[in-house]
Amino acid sequence: MADMSVAERKTVLAGFHGGSARVRLTPAIPATRVSLRAGADALAGLSKSIGVKLPVKPKASASAKGRTAFWIGPDEWLLIDEKGDALMADCAASGVVHSATDISHRNTAIIVSGPAAADTLNAACPLDLSLAAFPAGAVTRTVFGKIEIILYRVEEETFRVECWRSFAEYAFGMLAEGAEDASL
Amino acid sequence: MSADNRIPGKGRLTPALTARFTIDGRTLTAYEGDTVASAMIANGMHLAGRSFKYHRPRGILTAGPEEPNALLDVSRDAARRQPNVRATVQEVFDGMKIETQNRWPSLSLDIGEVNNLLSPFFAAGFYYKTFMWPKAAWHQIYEPFIRRAAGLGHAPKEADPDHYANRYAHCDVLVMGGGAAGLAAALAAAQTGVRVMIVDEQPEMGGAFHFDTGATVDGQSGWDWAQATVAKLKAMANVTVLSRTTAFGYHNHNYVALVERVTDHIAKPSRNQPRERLWQVRAKRVIIASGSIERHMVFANNDRPGIMLASAARTYLNHFGVAVGAKVGVYTAHDSAYEAAIDLKKAGVSVPVIVDAREKPGEGVLAQARALGIEVLTGHGVADTAGRLRVRSITVRRNGGGSTRKIEVDSLLMSAGWTPSVHMFSQSRGKLKYDAANDRFLPDVYAQDCVSVGGCNGTDDLQALLDEATAAGLSSAKAAGATATPAVSLTGSNAHAWTGGMIGAAEGAGREDNVKAFVDFQHDVCAKDIRLAVREGMHSIEHIKRFTTNGMASDQGKLSNMHGLAIAAEVLGKEIPQVGLTTFRAPYTPVTFGTLINHSRDALFDPTRKTPMHAYEVSQGAVYEDVGNWKRAWYYPKPGEDMHASVNRECKTVRDAAGVFNASTLGKIEVVGPDAAKFLNLMYTNAWDTLKPGKARYGIMTREDGFIYDDGVVGRLAEDRFHVTTTTGGAPRVMHHMEDYLQTEFPHLKVWLTSTTEQWAVIAVQGPKARDIIAPFVEGIDISNEAFPHMSVAEGKFCGVPTRLFRVSFTGELGFEVNVPADFGADVLRQIWERAQSLGACLYGTETMHVLRAEKGYIIVGQDTDGTLTADDAGLSWAVSKKKTDFVGIRGMKRPDLVKEGRKQLVGLMTKDPNEVLEEGGQIVANPNQPKPMTMLGHVTSSYWSENLGRSIAIAMVAGGRGRMGETLYVPMKDKTIAVEVTDMVFVDKEGGRIHG
Repeated sequence: MADMSVAERKTVLAGFHGGSARVRLTPAIPATRVSLRAGADALAGLSKSIGVKLPVKPKASASAKGRTAFWIGPDEWLLIDEKGDALMADCAASGVVHSATDISHRNTAIIVSGPAAADTLNAACPLDLSLAAFPAGAVTRTVFGKIEIILYRVEEETFRVECWRSFAEYAFGMLAEGAEDASL
Repeated sequence: MSADNRIPGKGRLTPALTARFTIDGRTLTAYEGDTVASAMIANGMHLAGRSFKYHRPRGILTAGPEEPNALLDVSRDAARRQPNVRATVQEVFDGMKIETQNRWPSLSLDIGEVNNLLSPFFAAGFYYKTFMWPKAAWHQIYEPFIRRAAGLGHAPKEADPDHYANRYAHCDVLVMGGGAAGLAAALAAAQTGVRVMIVDEQPEMGGAFHFDTGATVDGQSGWDWAQATVAKLKAMANVTVLSRTTAFGYHNHNYVALVERVTDHIAKPSRNQPRERLWQVRAKRVIIASGSIERHMVFANNDRPGIMLASAARTYLNHFGVAVGAKVGVYTAHDSAYEAAIDLKKAGVSVPVIVDAREKPGEGVLAQARALGIEVLTGHGVADTAGRLRVRSITVRRNGGGSTRKIEVDSLLMSAGWTPSVHMFSQSRGKLKYDAANDRFLPDVYAQDCVSVGGCNGTDDLQALLDEATAAGLSSAKAAGATATPAVSLTGSNAHAWTGGMIGAAEGAGREDNVKAFVDFQHDVCAKDIRLAVREGMHSIEHIKRFTTNGMASDQGKLSNMHGLAIAAEVLGKEIPQVGLTTFRAPYTPVTFGTLINHSRDALFDPTRKTPMHAYEVSQGAVYEDVGNWKRAWYYPKPGEDMHASVNRECKTVRDAAGVFNASTLGKIEVVGPDAAKFLNLMYTNAWDTLKPGKARYGIMTREDGFIYDDGVVGRLAEDRFHVTTTTGGAPRVMHHMEDYLQTEFPHLKVWLTSTTEQWAVIAVQGPKARDIIAPFVEGIDISNEAFPHMSVAEGKFCGVPTRLFRVSFTGELGFEVNVPADFGADVLRQIWERAQSLGACLYGTETMHVLRAEKGYIIVGQDTDGTLTADDAGLSWAVSKKKTDFVGIRGMKRPDLVKEGRKQLVGLMTKDPNEVLEEGGQIVANPNQPKPMTMLGHVTSSYWSENLGRSIAIAMVAGGRGRMGETLYVPMKDKTIAVEVTDMVFVDKEGGRIHG
């Protein structure tokens, strides 16, 4: 019999790092992620159960106890927990009608930080990333070159770029190009 | 040739800063800031190229982007070479190499010049008339000839080593053009605090102040005011100033494309600088301040080197400090040329004559010219010019005829007046109106949130222009949300108010058909060509344009459109607005492909999707194939094996022992909610409410029309949770298809869809030893045949991590599909493979997967189906529920044509010669001896060598196929006809016992 050991986790961007004089690109640490879908009647129950008041406005996010909820659509949220793995269980415990799907490994994220972070993203993201139009805390599903991303402004000069696993290398490559040009 | 035409003390360049470059091998010295054109003229060179059609010697005509003649091949090194660079735009850098184009063996002695003598044969419409027959000659002779003759210059063969950038930007007010109007508008808008972008194609802003030294703004010279204003704008945090940047495309919703030339003027650019940067700007308001372009005079032989626009000569003098000649004549119909003559005369250049087509020039300029001793001939025309490689003399004649007089010159300046640059306004879909008093088209009806100011709006007087631009800046800012209303005003004055202008052929153009009075220099279109086009029946300006190619060169008729239109109107006897204007289209000036694709090249051209196991597969020797954007392991050759040998071995090993396969790219959709089964009942032909949790079922999805759309195994994990799989290629469209129906047809259902394709890495273990291989890794699931039969699914642990374990088979063997969270995929594959090897198993790729499924008659949607097959056609009617009353496609598949006899059905084919492997796509006929065109019965959809059977197998679509079992049909090929027998589709293990092992 073969030596069975607990499988080792290998993230897609392990070992990636990059950036330029005015922006840094860092793979985000692995996190628990849940795609949450529910109708308006379930929001109170779900918010209570997960400990984050689910936002209901476009571009809005909410955070509490190390968990963050992104408004993605009228009945869709992306939940991220970088500390624990109880999101699925907490959703299930709500007792209200919803759909929670574990996508912890489907998505990965890149942190883009520095004074040229917005310009870096604007190499491939057509959104207005001025602070007036996209302040800290804003989040949206959008396009980045040829891929779809979820873009979250963590702080004024820090963004989180969420994408699917197999698109991560493309996203990182495009960000690296943007970072170089944004620092000129 | 005189070596130096620079006039000490004139111009704005610094003599201390020089750059050396070569042109056709000759080394020249330029000042920093020179364009190639100004440097050439400074060095006494006007001859810059040969014309496109007639190979006539051509000089530098303009000092700006409208240049049609001086198109050069400019290079940094072998790979960094660009043809058709306008000498009037390209700045000189140290070490640049230039070659002139369209000449052989040399610029001054060009064999192609014979075309000029043969020109009677090259009249307008020449191609259309000449290359019509014989028809057969088109491919061999005419098209290759035209292709060789078409286009100027040669594209470099090397890959472009430069890189290009892209930037999306948003602003409140975008100002196109950095002349007096643009700067005034930008300044006003910026002072309200809104976000302003101002772009200008020149290295330095200032527009007409480059040449117009007689204008003042707020007490400063126009040029000084412009530079001070640029500095002021640059210092403001809310303003982006982009010079060397051309707005080339004005699209819907104020979406404007700009190209910024970042390094083309730098001798040694740093490696991280892009050569050019594309800006894609979304502006709340756009202010178009694109100015106007001077027109040339249309007269006989108006294209000799040394003949140029008056404003260009003034630019070379006042900005670059270069005199265009020593004896400079002028032929004009507009006052502005007088100022060029006056400036040159004052700088010590001889100006023998100003020939004015008008009887009454502006009094101020006339008086000043005469006071300086310049002879002015009003009511005269230039009837002809002489000089082969440079103009030597002009022949002057009173309008209406009379005696001629020859005047020696070495340059001739011309001005027929100014054409407002309405290109960007037109691109914005704005409508123009004709200003008959001034022979020009002006913006009239706006289609977008923009406004035109200054020269491009027909506002010529400087004070009026500044007022208009300032007001536009303030109102645009306000419309974009500005609340501040700063008090801003500027005062300006011109030296002279300009009058005059004409369009069409001047007196000197002649009536004769052999006179070459050029309208379009770049495409060698003369006044006579336009007259000929009208005579031959072209009455629409669009037809005239295409027949003559007037305005169709890369300069898009910036100089020629109005002249061509006026000549056509005159011959047609119509008013100009009745003849109409051709449409201006993007790009305003040529844009490189590099800029348009910018970052999207090499690895970033398109995302390359790799599974989590990719690197491990590579370490195990996988060869890959592209499946959509995915890289999939195709086969795993051992040393010495070719693809065939590898696939044969893999196929045998799977059936004899087992195989391990990466199935991660299969589409996966999690369908969750209390109405999940109800929804799947509607989306698939099968019944899902009868499927118990822990079980899986093969499902078929049809479209409304009843044809197969996708297939896959669906596992039920809980009452309200299904794990749906789709084909690899179908994953995104199946998701959209389901979401579309959910949102539009079944919004009452409480169910949600989430793509989980990339959440799970999937490892298929197939073959008699499959259970043995995975057993030690499985925790919490009884995988015995009794507890976990074929088509089961369960959640548990695998290698200590969460799994969704399926008992499914796409090979006909005992099979499992291990789903683990993606980041664990590589290590789980490693552990499975290390154990599998010890049990005699193999790794297999997609090719073996294809063969094994074909041996079992399992179809691949998209290969064996083509969007016209029903479930019954595919032999899958067992998967269509007879009890359900509704699902997508239920009505479609009952249509008479979809149930009638004789439809194409999927069947197996076995070649009579077992070693013959059919070609996929091969057509099938009943009688190979029938006359052509033969009656086709269908075609081969899948065909392989089956090592397990020791013979070839195939699947085919055949009309009435299932009724033809045992029949012999034929597949005619190019060199032979292959006899085949129609069989059922299951070639291996017809009883199907192995799958339950």
